[in-house]
Amino acid sequence: MSASNTTTITSIGAPNRRNTELALLVFAVAIPVFAYANVGLAKNGSVPAGLLGYGVGLGLLATVTHLLVRKFAPYADPLMLPIATLLNGLGLVLIWRLDQEPSLGAAMAPKQLMWSTFGVVLFVLVLVFIKDHRILQRYTYISMVLALVLLVLPVFFPPVYGARIWITLPGIGSLQPGEFAKIIITVFFAGYLMVKRDALALASRRVMGLYLPRGRDLGPILVIWAVSLLILVFETDLGTSLLFFGLFVIMLYVATERTSWIVFGLLLSSAGAVAVASSEPHVKTRVQDWLHPLALQNGAVTETAQARYAFGSGGLFGSGLGQGYSRLIHGIAPKSDYILATVGEELGLAGLMAVLLLYGLLIERGIRTALAARDPFGKLLAIGLSGGFALQVFVVAGGVTGLIPLTGMTMPFMAQGGSSVIANWALVAILLRISDTARRPAPSPAPSPDAEATQVVRNQ
Amino acid sequence: MNKPLRRVAVFCGLLVLALLVRVNYVQFVQADQLSNDPHNRRVAINQYAQPRGDIIVDGKAVTGHAETNGSDFKYKRTYTDGPMWAPVTGHASQVYGTTMLEGVEDEFLTGDDDRLFFNRTIDLLTGKQRQGGNVVTTLNAKAQKAAFDGLGNKKGAVVALDPRTGAILAMASTPSYDPSGIAGYSTTDEKNWIALDKKNDPNDPSLNRALRQTYPPGSTFKLVTAAAALESGKVTDIDGKTTSPDPYTLPGTTVPLKNEGHIQCKDTSLRNALRQSCNTVFGKLGADIGLQGMVDEAEKFGFNEKQFVPVRADASNFDTKMSPDQVAQSSIGQFDTAATPLQMAMVASAIANNGVLMQPYEVEKLEAPNLSTISQTDPKPMSKPLTPENAQKLQSMMETVVTEGTGKNAKIPGVRVGGKTGTAQHGINNDKAPYAWFVSYAMTDQGSPVAVAVVVEDGSANRDDISGGGLAAPIAKSVMEAVLNK
Repeated sequence: MSASNTTTITSIGAPNRRNTELALLVFAVAIPVFAYANVGLAKNGSVPAGLLGYGVGLGLLATVTHLLVRKFAPYADPLMLPIATLLNGLGLVLIWRLDQEPSLGAAMAPKQLMWSTFGVVLFVLVLVFIKDHRILQRYTYISMVLALVLLVLPVFFPPVYGARIWITLPGIGSLQPGEFAKIIITVFFAGYLMVKRDALALASRRVMGLYLPRGRDLGPILVIWAVSLLILVFETDLGTSLLFFGLFVIMLYVATERTSWIVFGLLLSSAGAVAVASSEPHVKTRVQDWLHPLALQNGAVTETAQARYAFGSGGLFGSGLGQGYSRLIHGIAPKSDYILATVGEELGLAGLMAVLLLYGLLIERGIRTALAARDPFGKLLAIGLSGGFALQVFVVAGGVTGLIPLTGMTMPFMAQGGSSVIANWALVAILLRISDTARRPAPSPAPSPDAEATQVVRNQ
Repeated sequence: MNKPLRRVAVFCGLLVLALLVRVNYVQFVQADQLSNDPHNRRVAINQYAQPRGDIIVDGKAVTGHAETNGSDFKYKRTYTDGPMWAPVTGHASQVYGTTMLEGVEDEFLTGDDDRLFFNRTIDLLTGKQRQGGNVVTTLNAKAQKAAFDGLGNKKGAVVALDPRTGAILAMASTPSYDPSGIAGYSTTDEKNWIALDKKNDPNDPSLNRALRQTYPPGSTFKLVTAAAALESGKVTDIDGKTTSPDPYTLPGTTVPLKNEGHIQCKDTSLRNALRQSCNTVFGKLGADIGLQGMVDEAEKFGFNEKQFVPVRADASNFDTKMSPDQVAQSSIGQFDTAATPLQMAMVASAIANNGVLMQPYEVEKLEAPNLSTISQTDPKPMSKPLTPENAQKLQSMMETVVTEGTGKNAKIPGVRVGGKTGTAQHGINNDKAPYAWFVSYAMTDQGSPVAVAVVVEDGSANRDDISGGGLAAPIAKSVMEAVLNK
């Protein structure tokens, strides 16, 4: 896998793969429709009444998106849209399936379908109106302000389920600004680092085999570290703070190509994590639950244990959609954070691995886009978005399966939650836009005199 | 910038890989442990997801099932004549677990048992609902009814065995409870359960007195002592004189051992001693035989060991470390000697079966849902406490007890019946009402079809051996009749 294969330098006139995308989309629509029928048969013994409408609706949505991608991003990566569609469709089916359990509260699938539609609309808007991702570069500092505002906002709202990650707007419902901040802050990092990367990379002293950055260059990383700790302390949101910090370290590393940043990042984050884990009771409980997942609490089985039982009972092939008992995980969690437990129980290890591989594939396509992108801003943006996505998937899936302590974050596309699904559709749209630019046979000249960009010029 | 990008790609790949490894660990390596964890509610849900198999007596099921709504559990257990059969079936409750046969054969009844694998597979292929297997018991419905009705509202227990095979024919315990009342998930079930608790009901109706309660066996233990005397050769002629003073001073002490009531026991024969239930004769015999001889004989009858029928029965006790005076007291069924009703039925049945003790059992066979036999219990000899000659001598003595002794109430016209009464004192300084015992067997030309042990806890105010004969013997008689007349 050499760089030249992933860029378009040698691939003028390469196929745009839109038909591949169409074929994959047919699968991505068919699988949730079959799954939907399957749940209906398992739960009520009949094909659900809404099957046709639901299938046609999802199909129509996919068709429109596909046609718009054909029109506005013809060279975009062919895998990302089908994967996102499939994951979102599966998520909808799973939420609908959990809606059939009266003990889990009101039905959420219709609302989630609405949010998904909004997400797709935003996806289309991004593709139509952002003709070139480099436009985003102009909003570097506005992004910073916006991201900080979004991050700080939840502090002024009451905590929900122990974490202050929500803002409640009367008439609209609750929003999780962190999901949007994730994208906006990536835009800021990408814009900022593209400008500062030489200073960060070169102006450093070598101490004990490490490039020690200058104080003023170390400043931003300390600020981000502090901000992520503040989020953790005031919003008790371990997931988001981990995500932001990880995101920044990855992008810093890619921008500067200096391993020392990673060392600093790891040192700072572990120091912060240890400090908070030993003082914050909310986090402390989570760590305790992680270390002793099956321990009883006041004689009752905990949520953590219930989730573990769900996975264990699923076994290799699962109980079949609609035939599991993940409702035993009480409250709202089964449809959001713990939705993977339902996947594990009803689709089994095989289904869960397939879902994880879908995420892995999406991440891989994102990183591939970063490799293929010809401008450093695009590279940084793409790696930031896909790296953040990867961290989020890891943190949620790792938390639910007990690999790491549980943190309150949503599984992208699958979990119930409007902000999450909308934000992730936007994320995929930006990645598609970058990949379209990257794979386009006749590239427009990059604004920065970057090494790869000059190669492009030479080839013409 | 591509070099660090590739490294990040590898890092992200490792994250996904770690997740894949983790889910394999949880869903493959740990799966068994997690899916069978007792706190995993799915275990209980599965248990009640299909009707349990039935427990069958005389070809008829004494259990059934009902569909329930509004809970995780689809099927609920029902019982026919619940209180009568409770000591046999136990209960299978959606909330409170399983006991007795329901507990021991739980896997078979739910259909989880490996031996039903073939049937499960067939059901899976033909799309039939999964079914549990049936447990066919050895019990005799008439004998059980006679025992249960005989006990009536008295507190006590009855065990009847077929001495030739060891098959349990009756096993009653009163007061009893209806397992139907606690099978479900409702608040009524909960109330019933709380009411059953020993703390709330001192009569402890859910206790299986036939298997799980040991009582001082009193004079019925003299059968074991008599057997030991014959086996050890201390007595060869059951009608010859023994050397027994009255009262008998316990060895190594100055405490006199007396007889109950006005009976002539001095130097009397073994037959007469058993007929009148002489404490002095058997106390001295026990001391003469010695600790080891007595322990050996008691253990041959099954003392000091738990029995599994396959439901567990508590071990009956005959101490293995005692001073000679304690051996003497133990030999008349006092001191620390304690026996379950099952144990005393085993003693009677070994004597009736010419000295061969058969392993007691209550499960005839296990049947698959399609009624094919999955496993059959074969009668097994457990030990030989007596030679046939000595067994017949003891039979002859026990029959004297019934024809002209304390056990007259067990007489059945035209049938040889042997028996032994017992009144066991208990409590500090014997301040509590004594237990009335009766153990007996009936003999036909084809050997003995039934041996019974009856214990009635609330004895009577009349503290002599008549209470065993008065209270317990009629129950034993009606149980034996039920078996004989079938």
